[in-house]
Order: sequence, then structure tokens, then C-alpha cells
Amino acid sequence: MKRVQFSHSPIPYLFIAPQIIIICVFFLWPAAQGIYQSFLLEDAWGLSSQFVWFKNYEDTIFKKSWLQSATFTLIFSFLVTVLSLAFAMLLAVKANEVIQGARTYKTLLMWAYAIAPPVAGLMGNLMFNPLIGDLYFFLNAMGWDFNHKLSSFDASFVVILIAVWKQVSVNFIFFLSGLQSIPKSVIEAATIDCKSSIRRFWTMTFPLLAPTTFFLVVINITYAFFETFGIIDTTTGGAPGGSTSTLVYKVYTDGFRGSDLGGSSAQSVVLMLMVLALTVIQFRLIERKIHY
Amino acid sequence: MLKRTLTAIGALSCLATINVANAATEVQWWHAMGGRLGEVVDEIAVKYNASQSDYVLVPTYKGGYEDTMTAGIAAFRAKQQPHILQIFDAGAATIINAKGATVPVAELMAEHGAGFNKEDYLVGVRNFYADSEGKMIGMPFNSSTPLLYYNKDAFAKAGVATPPKTWEEFEKIAPKLKDAGYIALAQSHSPWIFSENFHSRHNIQLATGNNGYDGTDVKILYNNPEMKMHWGKVKNWLDKGWYGYYGRAWGDNQDAFVQQKAAMWLGSSGSFGGLTKSAEFKFGGSFLPHWKSIIEEPKGTFIGGAALFAMAGHDDEEYKGVASFLSFLTSPEMQFFWHKETGYVPITNAAYDLAKTSGYYKTTPDAEIGILQLNQPAGEWTKGYRLGYYVQIREVMYKNFDNIFSGDATVDEAFEEIETESNDLLERFNATYN
Repeated sequence: MKRVQFSHSPIPYLFIAPQIIIICVFFLWPAAQGIYQSFLLEDAWGLSSQFVWFKNYEDTIFKKSWLQSATFTLIFSFLVTVLSLAFAMLLAVKANEVIQGARTYKTLLMWAYAIAPPVAGLMGNLMFNPLIGDLYFFLNAMGWDFNHKLSSFDASFVVILIAVWKQVSVNFIFFLSGLQSIPKSVIEAATIDCKSSIRRFWTMTFPLLAPTTFFLVVINITYAFFETFGIIDTTTGGAPGGSTSTLVYKVYTDGFRGSDLGGSSAQSVVLMLMVLALTVIQFRLIERKIHY
Repeated sequence: MLKRTLTAIGALSCLATINVANAATEVQWWHAMGGRLGEVVDEIAVKYNASQSDYVLVPTYKGGYEDTMTAGIAAFRAKQQPHILQIFDAGAATIINAKGATVPVAELMAEHGAGFNKEDYLVGVRNFYADSEGKMIGMPFNSSTPLLYYNKDAFAKAGVATPPKTWEEFEKIAPKLKDAGYIALAQSHSPWIFSENFHSRHNIQLATGNNGYDGTDVKILYNNPEMKMHWGKVKNWLDKGWYGYYGRAWGDNQDAFVQQKAAMWLGSSGSFGGLTKSAEFKFGGSFLPHWKSIIEEPKGTFIGGAALFAMAGHDDEEYKGVASFLSFLTSPEMQFFWHKETGYVPITNAAYDLAKTSGYYKTTPDAEIGILQLNQPAGEWTKGYRLGYYVQIREVMYKNFDNIFSGDATVDEAFEEIETESNDLLERFNATYN
């Protein structure tokens, strides 16, 4: 039997070509290089290299320092995502109800969005400086024996606080626009049916915000995993005792500062797989429950 | 007609070659000297460029030590390497063990320059960036050594006359300083001062294979009773309020001294210039203390700081420029200038003599302490160390020192961890560079 063939026009391929080329050059090619490098033992200068299969993985993954870093990354990402979403949602709901001076209020809440993570980190660094930091003095005056240079709990508190502060404004913008797209008629109907505003929030507003929330969860996890690098680098640098070093930060310290290319490539390949798995889970399990 | 054209082309190309020969050869120098140090580097470049017309030295600031090394590595891999790259002590093994990344300065100077005589250099400086046979690979540039700085006002207030020579003496005066309202001691860079130089000062071996000079298949010896005794004491001092820890950053600990929270500070001889500008009190410098219980007469310390390496892959004319600049840089006048402006020690005997005869140490005696300490009697284990992935090993040390301070690990546990993790790294380095 002869298969029926339709003749395709090459023009659609031409249209998607720029996007495909960008993905190939800036994502696929470096990723392939990274995977290849993770199987090599190569000196920093690239003068000699040998293929060693999984030695780099054996030497770095599931070692004590990697596990410590992985645990911190998971806890950190979870807390940053949950806290920044919760605060942003609270602020957005409240700001949406404000009538007098609403615009000023909203603008002020969005302000921090314009600050780059390293700058946020530097500001936090000054505020928590043991010699001149106001927040450092304040927390100690409140009776908390606060010392983020020595206590890993306090150091985690500092990076989480800065990371959340920086992210709340981004989430706020999305939540606010999500809230404003809820039809007036639905809100009015709900107000007639139920007088408890808390109940109205959970049964009506929250489900209607679900698509926005889901989108933000994905964005925030990526933020906590990768973009917080600048905050960590400028505040704790992974100290004390490596307790605030996320996986990305560890890849950087091993690869760039320590010039161990193979070991750090192996770690980034594992990180890539983790993020891939996380994204699949999010889209498979959570997205199903969301109604657009 | 054709003949004429050919002659013209020939003449033109001749002219072109002459032009190339006349144009000054550029010598690129990537360095890690920021702030005031960077300004002095630029002044050196201006002086060198004014002193001759064959070469143009172009210094470029590439960030901190690690950033500069990473930039150099990336450039080398892309075959865009500078002629001269500044590499710090902890990175020395990475460049020296990679065969073909650098041209040894001893060879470079002998072949392309005015010759090379190792005896010209200070004893304490000669071997740190040399190979196991003593051939100098890198040219020591900003050489410093750890010193003790003390606040004279604080000492007067506490009724203490002189800075401690030994840690035993320190333990006697620390309570007095505490009563006067000071943290007795702070320190910048504990791996450098309380690990590497601790071994040199007390003449203790720190790694197998001749402190790592003989090869890459070596093991670390930090897990020794002297080190553990010392760190047990440091933790004890911290708990008693005699020792202040302001994090890893060099500046945060120095600030504690400058702001008169800490009465003493362990820093670098290169910090002298900066302190003179920032400290609003009288301060003095002194030798790095030692434990009398370990060694009666202390040995000299290692030089820290960084060296200049000539990168491989350039042509002879450019290497002549590098050699010419290095000769200029190591001339007594330039070394004295660098020493005076920054506080780093001069690296040649001639420069040290010039500083002495000029009367510089009469007016500022503290500037000489670093050199005197480097020139203290050498021991078996004072010439230096050469360990691969040492940047990460220092990271491992910082991590475990943090854990000692926070009480998350005992001294024994911390040093066991340092030993295992460092040896894993050394093994990886050995597998990679052989």
C-alpha cells in the first residue's frame, strides 16, 4: 500500500528557526558540553584530560558536603516559595481592598521588584553586620542571641529573609492582577451568599487564583534554586560550615573558585536532572487539579 | 609594468615589517590588586612605560585572587591568555603542576632577559614558588606574611606593656584586656595564619612528600596533636570572650580592630599601609606569636600573597618584554617603592638594603617586622607547601573551623573531617594532573 504524503511547505520551519537556534546555542550545546565534561578528569588549563566514566559522580554526589547542600537547598526552596507566596497573597488581597491611595500603596509594594538579588544581598549584609548592622543589634536587643557568622540557623534565617523580601513584590504583582481579573459579578454573588470574608477567600478567591498560584510556584522554585545565588554570594558565601550553600552555589565554588571542572559538571548534571524531575512532577500532578 | 608593481609591493611590505618592528610590543598583565594597591600597580606601569619605548605594559584588574585565576584559566583555554598572570599562594599548585601552562621565570629571565640569580632574592622568598629542585617558576610579587597588630591605647588602658611573644603570654594578658572592655584578639584568614603558618612557625610538617613539593601523590598532615591543641585553645578563648570571630571575610575582622572592639588583630604585613590610614589610634606591629610548649625558638613564616607567572604560548619578542618588565619590577628602586606604598615586603636583598640605608625603618620601624620574621631561622618545614585543590582545602578548613566555633563539632571530629575531605581532594588532584 502506498502511503499518502502531503507536501509540506518549508516556510513554518523558517519561522521557528530563530527560536530553535537560540535553544541549541544557548541551552542544548552547553548542556551537552556539561554532560561530556562530567565524564572527564581534566586539568584547569585544558592541557590533559582523560575519560573516567562516573568517577566525578562518585567523588562528589552523595558525599557529606553534597548531601548537606542538597538538604539545605530543599528546605530553603520550600520555605522561600511558601513564605514569599503567602506574604504576597496576603498583601495582594489586602491591597485590592484598599480604596484610598490604592495606587501609591501598590507602587510601594512593587518597588523591591527592581532590586537585583546581589544588591538585596549587599543591603542585607550591611543590616546584619555585627559591627554596624541595625537588624543585628535589634535582634540581639530582643533577647535573641543572634550571630549568623556562627549559627547555621541564624545564617539560614538571614538568607531566607532576604530571598523572601526580594521575591514578595514579584508575586504581589501577579496576585494583584489575578485578583483584578476575578469578575465583579462573582464577587458580588459570593458576598450575598456568605458574609465571612475569610470563608469567601478560601472557597472563592483562592480557587480562582489557582492558575496564577501554580505559575508562581514554578517561578518561585526556579528562583529559590538558581537566582538566590547572588544573595548567598554577597551575604554568607555558604558559611558557616557550608550550611547555607545551595547546590548551585556549590557548583560555583567547586568549579569556578576551585577549578575542578569535572566534579562541578557532574554536580550540575545532577542538578539539571533534579529540576527536570521537579518540573515533570509539577506539571503532571499539580496542574491536573487546576481549572483555568 | 609587472616588475615595477612587484618592486613596489616588495618595498611596501619592507616598510610594513619595519613598522611592526618599531611599534612597541604590548605586554598584558592581569592582576588582582584592587583599591589603593591597584593604584600603585598603575603607577608602576606608568613608570615602566616611561622608562623604555620597546614595550607597553598594560595592567588589567580582574577582581579578587580567585576571579583573576579563573579569568586567566578561561583565557588560556580560549588561547587568549595574558602574558603575565598574578596567581595567589593557594593556586600555585594548579599552575605549577600543569605542564605547559607557564614558562618558569628563572628560564625566562635567563633566556630573554638579563640573566637570573636566585641568590639575589630573600631567603624566605626564594622557594615558595619554586619547584622541588628550587627552580623559581613564579616571580613573587606581593609578598606578605602574617603579623600581630595591637592597639597601643587599649594596651595602656589595660595596663599591658608589650604585645605577647608567645600564646602563653597571650593567655596572661587576655583577661586584662577583657576587663578593659576589649575582645583580646581577632584574626583574618584562619587557614593561612592558624594552619599553614602555624606549621611553619613551629617547624611542623604539614603534608607528606616534602610538604607536597615532591609530587602530587601526597597526604595532608593537619590532623596532628599540636594543631588540635591550638584549636582547642582557640575555641576556649572564644568561649571566654578573648577571641572574636566576625566571619570569614578578611575586612570584617580587620574592622573589629579598626573600630577598637578587638585589641589585637592577626593580619598581613601588607595590611600596614591600610591600617595607617584607617586606624584612629596608635597601633604597633609584632611577630606572630608561637607556643613555647611546642618550640623554644620560633622559625620564620611563609610568604603569602601572590606571584606573577609568565603564561605559555607567546612569542620570543613578547617574552623579552615580560623579562624586561620583571627586571624593572625587581630592581631595588621599584621594590622599595612597592614596599613603602603597600607594606608588602621587598623580595630582593638589594631592595631590602636600600630600604635600610634610606633610613625608612628608623622612621617606621613596624614596616620591617614582616621581613625580620621571614628572615628568622629557617627550619626543615619553613620553605613552603605545594598542595593541589588547595583553594577547596582552605574551604574545607573554614567549614570545619566554623563547626568548632559553633560547637557543632569537637576539635577531634573537625580535624578528622579536614583530613578525610582534604585527602579526597588531593587524590582527585593527583588523578587529574598525572
